[in-house]
Amino acid sequence: MALAKRIIPCLDCDKGRVVKGVKFLDIRDAGDPVEIAKRYSDAGADEITFLDITASHEGRETTVHTVESIAGQVFIPLTVGGGIRTLEDIRTMLNAGADKVAINTAAVFNPELVREASARFGSQCIVVAMDAKKVSAEGEENRWEIFTHGGRKPTGIDAIEWAQRMVEYGAGEILLTSMDKDGTKSGFDLALNRAISNAVSVPIIASGGVGNLQDLVDGVLEGHADAVLAASIFHFGEYTIEEAKQYMAEKGVTMRL
Amino acid sequence: MNKVAVIDYGMGNLHSVAKALEHVGKNTKVIVTSDAKTILSADRVIFPGVGAIRDCMAEIRRLGVDEIVQEAMQNKPLLAICVGMQALMERSEENNGVDCLGLAKGQVKLFANEFSGAKPLLRELDGELLKVPHMGWNIVEQCDQHPLWAGIENNTRFYFVHSYYITLGAEEKASGVSHYGVDFTAAFSKGNVFAVQFHPEKSQHGGLQLLSNFLSWDGAN
Repeated sequence: MALAKRIIPCLDCDKGRVVKGVKFLDIRDAGDPVEIAKRYSDAGADEITFLDITASHEGRETTVHTVESIAGQVFIPLTVGGGIRTLEDIRTMLNAGADKVAINTAAVFNPELVREASARFGSQCIVVAMDAKKVSAEGEENRWEIFTHGGRKPTGIDAIEWAQRMVEYGAGEILLTSMDKDGTKSGFDLALNRAISNAVSVPIIASGGVGNLQDLVDGVLEGHADAVLAASIFHFGEYTIEEAKQYMAEKGVTMRL
Repeated sequence: MNKVAVIDYGMGNLHSVAKALEHVGKNTKVIVTSDAKTILSADRVIFPGVGAIRDCMAEIRRLGVDEIVQEAMQNKPLLAICVGMQALMERSEENNGVDCLGLAKGQVKLFANEFSGAKPLLRELDGELLKVPHMGWNIVEQCDQHPLWAGIENNTRFYFVHSYYITLGAEEKASGVSHYGVDFTAAFSKGNVFAVQFHPEKSQHGGLQLLSNFLSWDGAN
């Protein structure tokens, strides 16, 4: 009898096509985000995150159409991130059918955007995505900093202070990616997750590093994450959403089965 | 043709609910509007809402939606969702206290957690400290046999996202309850009105079933 922890598959899209490859055995078009989103929803995904990595303006119009198509067929919450810089960008995505938008780099360069956006559209639809990297040396007390540009540019901002500030500004949720762990398949940065989760009032989505199903369990039980986001373990068919939810439930995590 | 009006008072995303209704509705026309005539000539009305209650109430009053809702609920089925449900109550403690429509007896209260400085702390039975907003899929225990629950298994999980919850006055009756640190009303019915705190349009099978039930509900209990 409790709120379920969430599993959120993430689709990285470029010009309306899923990149980083999706390998379902029986899928018609492995690059079609609409079909993939529908597949994940049918399999029991609790939400879908759609990350737009399109650089060009024309490409972004494709993204709007894709979000519209997904929203017309998938009746679970949909978060759209990538390239959200202005209130107008947010309005466009919400009007296209997104339930939440994730703001990343723009929040670092213009924190007021988060305040304005949550006041305008409500905190419930404003997710602040933060990319954090450990900067403390071995033996020192743990310290993480916010990085931009895919983990290449340090900002000098302490991750815990940043999370607290963003919540104060009205973020309704935090999508926390460990740049040390992203792509390693060695599990979430649990200490980072715990530190952020325990420092703020809003839910935390853990991201970066999932290699197996136990990593998802650890993210919740040890990292105190309210939701876990993963891409490759689901895209490449290593595990299905059903298997992940079943496994997490067996390990004592409350899930929607 | 089943005409459903989704009341648009400029607060938040109504596309999700419109798309979900179009998905489940056969021979259904969904109109997103704030026009009183259109709403009052529809067969059914959806009263949605997201965001801060003060802003919602300001727009509701400015556009005359208060009177539209009051009139609509006299003679046609009306489904209130999330802040739409909260707006039906007498008063909300959000934004330092806001008067609501008072169309049902009850109050709107904050899920107080350790960060809001309120006591007692919001904890789960096992001692876990709870995040606010209450966001995600939670169990709804059905308290009655309301037609909108038809075909939905008891204790189905629905998708919630809210920081405030309603407490009904003694005159009103809950149709569904959930638990998040405290027991709270997840759904109630009153004549032609069915109100839910969760988002049926985002709750997959259970939510779509509820919307489908609403499209064929004649307003009687």
